[in-house]
Amino acid sequence: MDRFKRIPISEQDPEVRNHNFEEVCLGYTEEEAIAEAKRCLQCKKPLCRGNCPVSIDIPRFIGKIAEGNFAEAAQVLAEYSALPAVCGRVCPQEEQCEMKCVLGNKGDAVSIGKLERFAADWARENNIEVGKAKESNGHKVAVIGSGPAGITCAGELAKEGYDVTIFEALHEAGGVLVYGIPEFRLPKETVVKHEIENLKKLGVKIETNVIVGRTITIDEIMEKEGFEAVFIGSGAGLPKFMGIPGENLNGVFSANEFLTRNNLMKAFKEDYDTPIKVGKKVAVVGGGNVAMDAARTAKRLGAEVYIVYRRTEAELPARVEEVHHAKEEGIIFELLTNPVEILGNEDGWVRGIKCVRMQLGEPDASGRRRPEVIEGSEFEFEVDTVIMSLGTSPNPLISSTTKGLEINNKKCIVADEHGQTSREGVFAGGDAVTGAATVILAMGAGKEAAAAIDRYIKEKDK
Amino acid sequence: MFKIVEKEILAPNIFSMDILAPRVAASAKPGQFVIVIADETGERVPLTICDYDAEKGTVQIVVQSMGSSTKKMAVYEKGDSFKDFVGPLGVPSEFVNEDLEELKKKKILFVAGGVGTAPVYPQVKWLHERGVKVDVIMGAKTKDLVILEDKLRSVADNLYVATDDGSYGFHGLVTNYIEELVNNQGKEYDVCIAIGPMIMMKFVALTTKKLNIKTIVSLNPIMVDGTGMCGACRVTVGNETKFACVDGPEFDGHLVDFDEALKRQGQYKTEEVKKDHKHHENCVFNGGAK
Repeated sequence: MDRFKRIPISEQDPEVRNHNFEEVCLGYTEEEAIAEAKRCLQCKKPLCRGNCPVSIDIPRFIGKIAEGNFAEAAQVLAEYSALPAVCGRVCPQEEQCEMKCVLGNKGDAVSIGKLERFAADWARENNIEVGKAKESNGHKVAVIGSGPAGITCAGELAKEGYDVTIFEALHEAGGVLVYGIPEFRLPKETVVKHEIENLKKLGVKIETNVIVGRTITIDEIMEKEGFEAVFIGSGAGLPKFMGIPGENLNGVFSANEFLTRNNLMKAFKEDYDTPIKVGKKVAVVGGGNVAMDAARTAKRLGAEVYIVYRRTEAELPARVEEVHHAKEEGIIFELLTNPVEILGNEDGWVRGIKCVRMQLGEPDASGRRRPEVIEGSEFEFEVDTVIMSLGTSPNPLISSTTKGLEINNKKCIVADEHGQTSREGVFAGGDAVTGAATVILAMGAGKEAAAAIDRYIKEKDK
Repeated sequence: MFKIVEKEILAPNIFSMDILAPRVAASAKPGQFVIVIADETGERVPLTICDYDAEKGTVQIVVQSMGSSTKKMAVYEKGDSFKDFVGPLGVPSEFVNEDLEELKKKKILFVAGGVGTAPVYPQVKWLHERGVKVDVIMGAKTKDLVILEDKLRSVADNLYVATDDGSYGFHGLVTNYIEELVNNQGKEYDVCIAIGPMIMMKFVALTTKKLNIKTIVSLNPIMVDGTGMCGACRVTVGNETKFACVDGPEFDGHLVDFDEALKRQGQYKTEEVKKDHKHHENCVFNGGAK
């Protein structure tokens, strides 16, 4: 065996999978997982661990897999993460743990993410119980939002014996895991539902259809319903648009709308009532993971799909793996291209987009080279659907209805590194604080806030 | 699950239901709406609130069965339950936060069209309970489709009924009635609040613009989540894009781009027909298999 070479993982054939919504990656078999785990050098000072937002003891769980002790590997993961089956699938490992893997200096880093996923899936499929709640301590804590931050915070507090209720605005728990990330990257019925069930097993109550800021307010939660602390993990759900002419034409959608219809409302299934419109030729504007998700979803619904992005491939914010998968599936990349107007027909439907070509200039504040318009490069591009995937910002419903809750100029809730906001007893974390980021960072924030809430309540109790 | 504790047929294909939803009932205010999902495969359907009772914990909705989802709801009876019921959504009517004494000085006209009569009722009721007198014009295609007349009459200072075909009350459109009241009967109004089909609101706004009466309309565009996430409900108001679900549903009727809003409302028509058609095929198939 070549220690510097990754054990390849099996995937659905691109020409098959771009017609279905089944998961792309099929995961390691037991033998493959053991072989891959044996590549780990078990570093005394593991650099991978230091680059994990929740500091998972990576060598220890991989060591257990190498020994064939999968249940114990899952136990190790559970000590640090409430969502290993999710993170193993959607974490940007190449920028985190795997980036620091020593093997990466000479060859392939250990497939930490794929091994994490393997251990978590194995535990689920073999009904291994992980994590137990301490005896109830009688203290009530409310968690707003059931996405990665909320799930993690609720899980951590429940394990400590808190009486936790999650308030979720949508009709299903999971947040971005159910409305945003598509089935072919993160199966809902198996993986996500299981994580939610695990939370319930820890005693966490989940009340769906409760919009904090409309159905109830934070003040009511604390004063009338007796919750001693609140964690806000309401995410960043508001879509951005470009502000160019023609954006309200029929056939222009936010990626959020398109993905919510497909993922949460299951529009791709014939027996579900929610309609989805995909058209024949689709331009997805943007280059992040959400843009890739929207493009690959549109492809699966039968369209010819273009990614329109104003910088080059090197600057694409999406994960390399997602870009690679998208290309394999036949998504066409129109790089260094930026829309300036969406063109409509007389009935108000999209008939095309007017774009300009770009070139890269000097680096901007983000360190990436700034795209500049090439004079006279304007051209028209015929499409019948445009999906805007330009990022999202936090929803002001909570901040605008909670007195004394400080927000910054990006409408993000202001919180310190432990999640403490400007209001006593109110904590926040995840995208609601940082703006749109990753699942694992939100989980890290949820975990940190859970510890802070625990300290706060114990201190108050003295 | 959200139990249907009462159901009443108001007119052909129009029914009201009282839903047990204590949290919504406790926080609902005039001008707000709800989203209902009938069952596992159902859509999120935005519906207007016709009444609410915080003590009983019930919210009354009025539904006209038109598309596949509302037809699905029509089959539900008292004692059945809807899978999901969420709200109240949207911003309450502007007058809810106005100074009551100032409000009492204002001459307010409500214009209700078709099932738009339902969301007008809680607004008029709220004002009536606070001693604010208002006039109401309610319009329907024909006599059979006039709904909630007694309820409205009990809270309106003057109630004017119009039917398109003249089978009941004033013969003509609500816009004709507005002109009749203002031009021929010497009525004066400071504010008009119009709720009904998009096309009606468009023409009410055009009429009141001529008559120089400030006008509020309540928009009912396509939406998915109703919390600001999807942006399907984008509407141009005074050259700015607004989300009807969180910035509205009520806007200045003289600033709304109704032509765009009307086009946007039809965005999913072909897809809905396809889905509806599939349902029928499935039903026929299952029926045959049994």
